[in-house]
Amino acid sequence: MEEIKRIGSPKDLENLRRRLKLKKRTDKPVISICVSTGCAALGSMKVLEAIKAELEKQGLAEAVNVKETGCLGFCEQGPRLSIHPKDICYFKVKPEDAQEIVSKTVVKGEVVERLLYKDPATGKVARRLDEIPFYRHQVRPLLANNERIDPKSIEDYIALGGYEALAKALFKMTPEDVIEEIKRANLRGRGGGGFPTGIKWETTRKAPGHVKYVIVNCDEGDPGAFMDRSLMEGNPHSVLEGLIIGGYAVGAGEGFVYVREEYPLAAENITNAIRQAEEYGLLGENILGSGFNFKVRVHRGAGAFVSGESSALMNAIEGCIGEPRPKYVHTAVKGVWGKPSCLNNVKTWANVPLIILKGAEWFRKIGTEGSSGTAIFSLVGKVNNTGLVEVPMGITLRDLIYKIGGGIKDGKKFKAVQTGGPSGGFIPEQYLDLPVDFDELYKVGSMMGSGGMVVMDEDTCMVDAARFFIDFLLEESCGKCIPCREGLRLLSRILNEICEGKGVEEDITIIEEIAETMRDASLCALGTTAANPVLTSLKYFRDEWDQHLKAKRCPAKACKALINYYIDPEKCQACQLCRRECPTGAIQGGVDQVHWIEQDKCVKCGSCYEACRFNAIVKISGEPIPPPPPKGTKPVRRRGGR
Amino acid sequence: MSSLQLKGLTTHGRKPVRLQGVAAIVNRIVEEYRYDKSMLIQVLLRLQKSFGWLPMEMLLEVSKQMEVPLSQVYQIATFYKAFSITPRGRHLIRVCMGTACKVRGSPNILDKIQRTLNIEREQTTPDGRFTLETINCAGCCALGPVVTVDGEYHGNVKTHNVEKILEQYR
Repeated sequence: MEEIKRIGSPKDLENLRRRLKLKKRTDKPVISICVSTGCAALGSMKVLEAIKAELEKQGLAEAVNVKETGCLGFCEQGPRLSIHPKDICYFKVKPEDAQEIVSKTVVKGEVVERLLYKDPATGKVARRLDEIPFYRHQVRPLLANNERIDPKSIEDYIALGGYEALAKALFKMTPEDVIEEIKRANLRGRGGGGFPTGIKWETTRKAPGHVKYVIVNCDEGDPGAFMDRSLMEGNPHSVLEGLIIGGYAVGAGEGFVYVREEYPLAAENITNAIRQAEEYGLLGENILGSGFNFKVRVHRGAGAFVSGESSALMNAIEGCIGEPRPKYVHTAVKGVWGKPSCLNNVKTWANVPLIILKGAEWFRKIGTEGSSGTAIFSLVGKVNNTGLVEVPMGITLRDLIYKIGGGIKDGKKFKAVQTGGPSGGFIPEQYLDLPVDFDELYKVGSMMGSGGMVVMDEDTCMVDAARFFIDFLLEESCGKCIPCREGLRLLSRILNEICEGKGVEEDITIIEEIAETMRDASLCALGTTAANPVLTSLKYFRDEWDQHLKAKRCPAKACKALINYYIDPEKCQACQLCRRECPTGAIQGGVDQVHWIEQDKCVKCGSCYEACRFNAIVKISGEPIPPPPPKGTKPVRRRGGR
Repeated sequence: MSSLQLKGLTTHGRKPVRLQGVAAIVNRIVEEYRYDKSMLIQVLLRLQKSFGWLPMEMLLEVSKQMEVPLSQVYQIATFYKAFSITPRGRHLIRVCMGTACKVRGSPNILDKIQRTLNIEREQTTPDGRFTLETINCAGCCALGPVVTVDGEYHGNVKTHNVEKILEQYR
């Protein structure tokens, strides 16, 4: 059976699925280990090897299936390992734990307590995923399969109902039906804009010409976002299936997948998925015997943020530099090589098979009136549970950050949450009860974006954060249109001056003028939205700006030029740790002598601040530095450290 | 178009690489992509990966073999961040400067690496061991600050373990 893989009809597909399901129903335990970029960075490959070696040693290599799967989202607690059918989930697994896991859990069915997740707030341990608060409040139609699927195996995907939606679309629906279903589901573009997908498809379908294209945009350049990466790495076939259905709906014969350079594993997995789909007759000529022909090519990006913009991405596919084009005519009508091209984000495509299979009504039931379905966010920054979360649209920011995210790290105070990447804005505490969907976030000056959600605490300076985004965009602006290129340069200069304490009050007016010009006159969304972070920061955190401008003080103590480091003689234990770390030898004092910092030599690198175990080193801003203690002052001894 | 004409641009005062070899290397990859002009970026990516940087001779050869103007090849090689037209060190360090890594202290990590290696961003150590670059997001935001060396990810980096990470790469 293995040689003839090609599936000739929907019935064949159904038979294959039944066979695969039977094969998997055997009671063999399965150990699945996350090998996506996040967990791999924490050493999951070594865990995998150790588990395999241990199974070999105990003679269980044949009796247990070891599966490499994609990301489950809880990257903070990686590497993650789960054991089925009992669904026991272990976190922070090390290679040394392999022996215990195999001999206890696999052989005897006992749980290794110390590897289970323990809720830091309540101290309760969780055996299964759904017992963990991080997962309990999530709804995961898109991400759930990441745990059960080996992304390198099409059979895993088919066994779980994969390509059923494709068969349904090809044999039971006309292209118009498919578009109508997507329209009724009110699926909106998950890349951030929120444009109704069905309408976009219809435009491409109705555009004149025989040659049309569909494109997957996996150029996820927003800093602080990795949803597309996880989907592409963990479940590439779901994206591919959506793309084929889209190709059928708009009448395209060819599709492109554009993957950014920084995601090598995502590119590898989707390339592999395409090859497998071709082998199974799910791509290529006469798909499933329906007469529909479709092929897909992968294009790797080469590292340019702006090429995530639709027209710029199409330039990149043509083999040119990724500069945006004026869009007097939509790319849906005139895109790659002047042909109608329908471009959607990874998550949008992955939603398509679900809608086709389960129906528009099912999809509309999740989420809010204006924004249906779920949204995937990467919840990162200063929050306890960082990782990928999938939630129904309309959940409040507070639930996201406190219930799922587990609150702010180290018990600090929440300051702002940044959504929408460099095009979005900062949302302050007063809007924490805002329901998250496309329209609500727009009202407070931010946007949904592709789903990056960076939480900031009291240690983050909002002026500095605004400067960070402007400097980021300055580097990434392609320079084609003047408002964006020169506007960013000016903004960057002004903001850098403010952060260095050289700002004047008139700067605010100039910033607002530049922002307005950029919004009105830039060619693409990179420029028109570039000032959003600055404007929202100004709007909600004006006091902080005033402190920088008038008192030359940084309240969050983050702007290097405005702070000084100082050692509290009361707390210093004269342990020499900071002295050893200091790169410039600025720290004076010695054994049994309270240390002090020679401010002229200090480069404010923060090494001592990180090294000190007694919280003796403090940052001060906008106030005079106390004089050093008299030479030879003995430390006030205390017990224990931080 | 001879390489002499473009001398100002070509060799950067360095010795030219073996021309015979370059033509062969380029040809193998260009053949694989069937001289498809839209695959220009993919061809350059492959060359960059196997060679570490894109010498002018290589760009000329790509332009000649794929029949794309040199200006376009050069434009691509300088527009995208993945390409380098100056030699890179044996190991490529990339410090993530994305928002999530930044709020978790990546500027301090970058500072520390710069001080340890005594080079600035986009520079290579005199012994050719390391090239230091920054990227705007490695997509591992949950593990910030992230540093990648030759594509290997190091998460939750602290200033005091920077040296230990770098020591692994000779």
